[in-house]
Amino acid sequence: MDDLIADFVAECREMLESLGGEIVAWEAQPDDRARLDSIFRFVHTVKGNCGFFEFPRLEALSHAAEDALADVRAGRRQADGALVSAVLAVIDRIGEMVDVIAAGQPLPEGDDAELIGGLAPGAEASVAAPVAVAIGEAKAATAATASPRTIRLSVELLDRVMSGVSDMVLARNELARRLRDSSTDVAVDGAFERLSGIIAEMRDAITRTRMQRIENLFVGLPRMVRDLSAELGKQVLVDVEGGDVELDREMIEMIRDPLTHIVRNAVDHGIERPAERLKAGKREIGLLSVSARQSGNQILIDICDDGRGIDGKRLAAKAVAAGLIEAAEAGRLSPREQFELMFEAGLSTAAQVTSISGRGVGMDVVRSNVERIGGIVEVDSRLGQGSRMTLRVPLTLTIIPALTVSIGSQHFAIPRSAIEEIVRANGDSVTLSQVGGAGVATIRGRRVPEVALADILGLPSSLSDEQRTLIVLRPAGGDVFALAVDKVHDHEELVVKPAAPAVMATGLYAGTTLADDGSPILLFDPAGLARVGGVKLESQERARGLVDVASASAERARVPVLLFRTLDGARRAVRLASVDRIEDVSGSAVQWGAGQLRVQLGEAILPLAGCDEPPPADVKLRMFRLSDGEAEIGLAFLEVIDMAEISGDIIPAELPGEVGGVALINGEPAELVDVHWLFARHRGTGRSSGGQAVCKLPGDDPWMQNMLRPIVENAGYRVVGTDSDEPADLVVAAAGTALPANDEARTIWLRSEPEANGSERSIYRYDRAGLMMALSAAAGGAK
Amino acid sequence: MNALLLLVTVAGQRVALPASAVESVVELDTLIPVPRAASHVAGLSALRSRVLTVIDCMRALELGATDVSDGIHEAAVVELDGHHYALLVDSVEDVVEARSDPAPLRAAMGRGWEAVSLGLVETDDGPLLLVDVAALIGGVEARAA
Repeated sequence: MDDLIADFVAECREMLESLGGEIVAWEAQPDDRARLDSIFRFVHTVKGNCGFFEFPRLEALSHAAEDALADVRAGRRQADGALVSAVLAVIDRIGEMVDVIAAGQPLPEGDDAELIGGLAPGAEASVAAPVAVAIGEAKAATAATASPRTIRLSVELLDRVMSGVSDMVLARNELARRLRDSSTDVAVDGAFERLSGIIAEMRDAITRTRMQRIENLFVGLPRMVRDLSAELGKQVLVDVEGGDVELDREMIEMIRDPLTHIVRNAVDHGIERPAERLKAGKREIGLLSVSARQSGNQILIDICDDGRGIDGKRLAAKAVAAGLIEAAEAGRLSPREQFELMFEAGLSTAAQVTSISGRGVGMDVVRSNVERIGGIVEVDSRLGQGSRMTLRVPLTLTIIPALTVSIGSQHFAIPRSAIEEIVRANGDSVTLSQVGGAGVATIRGRRVPEVALADILGLPSSLSDEQRTLIVLRPAGGDVFALAVDKVHDHEELVVKPAAPAVMATGLYAGTTLADDGSPILLFDPAGLARVGGVKLESQERARGLVDVASASAERARVPVLLFRTLDGARRAVRLASVDRIEDVSGSAVQWGAGQLRVQLGEAILPLAGCDEPPPADVKLRMFRLSDGEAEIGLAFLEVIDMAEISGDIIPAELPGEVGGVALINGEPAELVDVHWLFARHRGTGRSSGGQAVCKLPGDDPWMQNMLRPIVENAGYRVVGTDSDEPADLVVAAAGTALPANDEARTIWLRSEPEANGSERSIYRYDRAGLMMALSAAAGGAK
Repeated sequence: MNALLLLVTVAGQRVALPASAVESVVELDTLIPVPRAASHVAGLSALRSRVLTVIDCMRALELGATDVSDGIHEAAVVELDGHHYALLVDSVEDVVEARSDPAPLRAAMGRGWEAVSLGLVETDDGPLLLVDVAALIGGVEARAA
């Protein structure tokens, strides 16, 4: 808000200053239309801003002046000397008030009625009333608390300075090279070092002048959402975070439209009407959160809503209807790929076109706008729970961290943001093969298309495929491919300039730059490389490429799994059907008990797998509650990665254990948890409460209650009193007492003497083995 | 009209470039080729920390190719739409004053020359063909398209 007020003050002062001459001229010539217009514009602007900032006094003044001037403009009134001086008095008063605001003080109470009255037709020209005394005092204070001095500069000028500094950096690099080549004396080197340091400092400073807080972008959002939701009859709460993240001025302008569009979409399509929300068990008020954060040299802007989410299937169906993809292809899409469809031109999920969005022009434009500045848009959504859009944009346009590589003797640069990993083609984890003339690299079991840079460029290279280095690239909005280069050199921060149209026409390059040795280097556009190299980015992405095709998995039953990360960081998957729900417990609920880790969940205690020792008491632990329909166990994990489906083969593990096998999930190998093994190992004690065998124990027998009961419970029974009405699977009674129920067969008689006398079916009560056998025999019969 | 013209030799012919378009005349030594670019783009070169896109005039005119494999080449540096280009020529001779406005030439020229011609200008050195720098930079492909 302070920023906005500062802007307002600066704007007012600027206008007042330029008005200075106009006012005098107008006074001399009240019928001068052009002067009248510029004064009218001033009071109009002031009025508009005052409403926003809640300066009622200023607003009333400017409003009155605007009314009077509007009459003059409309020809309803003649500008006479009285009106001119009244307006001038108002403008003077506005100027004084602006000074007070600039000093950060509240506007003093005061009465402007006299001034306003002076504007009325036929008023006396005696309005040079003394300004409120309070204002005069405040003005005196202004000088003392001078705010940081600022001037307004045109962005164009800043750009010129910026490009001048970039050139200076390059010139310095060249000078450095020349100095290295020729032997110079120490004094020259020293002077050069100093110059070098100053230039670096200057570059930092000038880069900062181009930075702007992203708040400028966010500040309009609450208002926009408010208007929009009112129009749509929805209730939306906006939560804006991270406004202090700084971003290149130009970048902010470039993402303004995409961001606005995404927010509008979220309010229009994402968040439901209050009634629908209540029906879905949500709060009436939808929550929209917009947050920005810096991550490395990228800015991430998240736009999350808790609305109805994106229906991937419907998107796919629409895409088929629109003829964008084949029906068969649509069936193979993973959820993420379905979401990606929304960026296709001419596709909208809105059932009907609204005035706000849903014309099917939009998301494709959003994506292309963001990609133009080297950014990415990511979508994530859960049907019924909401969706999240993430904009990733680079910090600045001009300086790009890049990797230099070479083919033969020529160097090229690849933007680092697109590089996933670098592997040697002859490494153990990599195999290269040719499939129908196309190169395929298998890197740790993941198949990616492989192209040789030398082939794309048509350059001679003496190296064979195996001698090269593979750079795994993920172009903006595309899937990965591997680029084989002869040699990888260095990471460099490059000042990138656009290349000439004749060079850009190749589609391969994103720009040119100068290396430290002064020779020009071409910077690749990874998406262009893929295109020219014949890698089908889009279809590759959809069809999951060769992995799916090879396993002909379209007909195979797909197994839905939950992909998660274990506490020690392994990527694992568990079949969705066996997960009952996910629980959050505190570390103190996990303890050693009877030979294994157990976790307390409310009333129940479950065996806990997935960790070897109790976590610290204050740490939150997340766990799956696995159920086989009867027993339950907990499986601790770090985080859920995704829901996925296994469509390929599952490679079984050599030895039985927690991991039953390995499968490719979302193109990466994941270990599949063997739930059967987990239950086989941990089961038995953690019975779920339903379907548990019931054992009746005489409630009035202390020995039975204190000594026997734990053993019986340990064997998996739920213990009730003899007088309970529940049908029991087992009854335990002391020999010689009356039978509490009529179920002879399921009764165990216990006697207190070691030797049996008469009653043949009784068991000595400290005959643990016999007792356990009887218990388990009865338990077996109970099932 | 007394505009200045830069007299250069391209493919053995003397032609004129508008001197106002030419920033400087340089000698290029190393050229970094641009793979997959149009054939008349001979490569990139650096001049005072600026990247120059080097245009082979012979190729642009479809009159063969300049041998750029070694040696030093003379080139005229021009700016077009914010990009700097170096036009490779056989040699740069002189700066002369134009004695007339360019007049259309009605004689049939070679196809390449035809495309870049701005007309004939009279100079003290006799009539010279005035070359359109932008058309030269656009190259054969652009004209074909």
